[in-house]
Amino acid sequence: MNRLPTLFLGFILTFLSAWVGLIAVPYFQFGNLKPEVTEDNTYSPPNPAGSAIAGELVYGANGCVYCHTQQVRNKIDTSDGQYGWGRQTVARDYISQRRIFLGTMRTGPDLANTGASKSEAMWQHLHLYNPQHFVGASIMPSFRYLYVTQKIKGQRSAFALDESRLPPGDRPPAGYEIVPTQDARDLVAYLLSLNRSYSLKEVKE
Amino acid sequence: MSAIGTETTLGQEYSKVVPNYSVEDAAERSELDASTRLPVLLYLGSSIFWLLVGTAFALVASFKLHDPALFDNGMLSWLSWPRMRMAHLNAVAYGWAATAGVGVAIWLTSRLCRTTLRYPAIVIVAGVFWNIGVAIGITAILAGQSTGVEWLEFPPYVGAILFASFGLISLWTLLMFWYRAPGHIYVSQWYILAAFFWFPWLYATAYLLIFVFPVQGVLQPITNWWYGHNVLGLWFTPLGLASAYYFIPKVIGRPVYSYYLSALGFWSLAFFYSWNGGHHLIGGPIPLWVQTVSIVASVMMIIPVAVTAINHHMTLTGNFHLLLTSPTLRFTVFGAMCYTLVSVQGMSMAIPSLNFVTHFTHYTVGHSHLGLYSFYSSIMFGAMYYIVPRLAQCEWPSAGLIKLHFWCVFYGSALMFVCLSVAGVTQGTMWLAKNGDLPAYAFIDTVQATLPYLIGRSVAGVILALGHVAFAYHFMLMVLQMGKHTDKPTLFTEPTKA
Repeated sequence: MNRLPTLFLGFILTFLSAWVGLIAVPYFQFGNLKPEVTEDNTYSPPNPAGSAIAGELVYGANGCVYCHTQQVRNKIDTSDGQYGWGRQTVARDYISQRRIFLGTMRTGPDLANTGASKSEAMWQHLHLYNPQHFVGASIMPSFRYLYVTQKIKGQRSAFALDESRLPPGDRPPAGYEIVPTQDARDLVAYLLSLNRSYSLKEVKE
Repeated sequence: MSAIGTETTLGQEYSKVVPNYSVEDAAERSELDASTRLPVLLYLGSSIFWLLVGTAFALVASFKLHDPALFDNGMLSWLSWPRMRMAHLNAVAYGWAATAGVGVAIWLTSRLCRTTLRYPAIVIVAGVFWNIGVAIGITAILAGQSTGVEWLEFPPYVGAILFASFGLISLWTLLMFWYRAPGHIYVSQWYILAAFFWFPWLYATAYLLIFVFPVQGVLQPITNWWYGHNVLGLWFTPLGLASAYYFIPKVIGRPVYSYYLSALGFWSLAFFYSWNGGHHLIGGPIPLWVQTVSIVASVMMIIPVAVTAINHHMTLTGNFHLLLTSPTLRFTVFGAMCYTLVSVQGMSMAIPSLNFVTHFTHYTVGHSHLGLYSFYSSIMFGAMYYIVPRLAQCEWPSAGLIKLHFWCVFYGSALMFVCLSVAGVTQGTMWLAKNGDLPAYAFIDTVQATLPYLIGRSVAGVILALGHVAFAYHFMLMVLQMGKHTDKPTLFTEPTKA
C-alpha cells in the first residue's frame, strides 16, 4: 500500500461503518423516546425537580459511578434479582435524566432504586457522613467534606444531622451542629429521585 | 562508528520491510534522530512525569479502597477515593499513555518517512498545550468539576484544549507525508496514520454528543462506551502495534514475516474493533441488537489478534535468545504477548454467559490493566529504551536499573492481574449463588471477600511504582547527559552468537 488516498478511504469506511451502526442508527431508532402519560397526567418516568437536577452533577463530580451502577439486568441470567434492586430497567427509564450513570462497577450495590429502598433523607445524609456506622464492613469512603460543623446560631438549622444516630466520636461539641452543604442536599435529593417503581408497558413483571 | 549509528544491536541483514536500513544510512538516521530531539524528549519526558503522578494517585486510591478512613477520613474533598480514582485514570491515559504514544509516533514518523522533522514548532506547541490541558483537567477533577463520565472526566473546556492540540498533531503527521521519501508505506505508518485520524473523530463525537448537544437517555452511555472502547482499540492499540511492528524486526535485524498478514491484521482490526463498544453494556437497558453486534465484533477480534500474534511470532522465531539481551526487545515482546492475552480475554468476556459472572466486578479492572499497562505501556517502555539514547547521544547508565524496571513491570502487573481476576470471579460467583430463592451471600459479604485481593493489588502497585521511579530516575540521567558515552548499547547480557 503506497497510496495515501487508498489508505484514507479504508480508514474512513471502516470507522464510518461503526459510527453509523453504533451512533447514528441508535439515534434514529430510539433517540427520541417519550414518557408514558396516564389519564391523570402522571409521567413515567417522572421529570426530576428541584435540587435533584443539580444533584446529578454532584453525583458525577464525586465519582459515585465508579462503585455503583444504576441499571438492573434481566433476572433470569444475572444475579440482579437477588438483592432487591427493583425491576429490570429499560431505555425509557433514563429519558428524563440529563446525565446517565449506568455504571460499570458494583464495588457497592446498584442504586437504580435507592430512592425507593432508602427513602429517608436523613439516613442518606448520615450514611454519606459515616458509612461504616450503618454497614459495619462497608468500604465506602466517608463524604464528610460535604458537611460542615458549625456553631448553632440561635435556632438549630432545619437541615442539621440527627447526631443521636451517629457514634459518639462523630457527634459535634455542645452548641455545634453538623449541616449538609448545598452539594450534599442536592446529592441526597438526587439519590431520593432514583426510584423506578412506576410501571412501563415494555416491562413485563 | 558510535552506538547512535548502530542500527540494530545484532543486525545482520535488513530488507524492504524496514526501508531505511543499511550501514551507509547511519549518517542519515543520525540526522533524522537529531531533528526529533527536542519535540520527542518533550513528549517522552512529560509522559514519564504523568506516569509518576498517575502512579501516586493509583496508590492512594488502591490503599483507600481497603482502608477507607486512611489519611483524612473523608475530610478532604480532593483526596477522596473517587477523585483519586478519576485523577489516576486521566493522568495515566491522557498524561502518560497518549503523550508517550505521540512521542514515539513522532519519532517513528520521521524515521519511516525518511525526512527530518518538519515544522517542529507545530509539534512543540501542540505538546505544550496538551500538557497544559491535562494539568488543568486533573486539577479540575480534584477540585470537584469532573463530569463523572468514564474516560471523559475532564470538563468540556479542557476537551476543547486537548482536541485543538491533537488536531495540530494530526495535521503535522499529514505534512510529514507530504515530504516523505518515495517508497513503501510501512505497516507501522498505517497504524499511526489511522490512529491520528480516528482519535480526533472519536473524541469530537463523544464530547459533542454527551456534553455539547447531549443525546437522550441511554444513547449517552452507548456513545460513552463506543468512545471508551475505541480509545483503547483504535488509538492506544494502533500506537502500541506500530511500535511493536517497528522494533521487533529492527532489533533482531530481519524483516517482518509476512506483509499480507500485516495487512490482514490491520484491516480486520480497523473493521471489527470499531464495533466493540456495546459489549460494555451487555444485559443493560439498551436494545439487544446493539449488544449482539458488539458481541459478534468482539469475538471476530480473533482474526486481527491471531494474525498479528502469528506474524510477530514468526518474525521472532530463531531469535528468542535475544530476549535475554535486548531491553527494547524484551519489553516489546512482553507487551506483544500481553496484547494477545488481553484480546483473547476480552473476547471471552463479551460472551454473555461469562459476562454475567465478570461484569461489574474487579475482573474488568484487571483486564484493563492487562491491556493498557502490560501490553501498551510495556511496548512504550521498550520503544523508549531504544529511542532515548539516540536523542540524548549517550547510552543508558545501568543495565541493572533496566532489569529492575523490567522485573517490577513483570511481577507487579502479573500480581495485579491475578489479584483482580480472582477478586472479580469471587464477586461474580458469590452474587450468582442462590440458597433456595434467597441470595446465598449478603451483598456486604461479597465486598468483604474481595479485601485480601485488594490488599494484594496494593502490594502490586508498590512494586510497579518502584519500577517507575527507577525508570524516571534513569531517564533523568539520560536527559542530563549523565549516560555512558560509549559505542556499545546497554544490554542485559552480552549477546551470544546465534
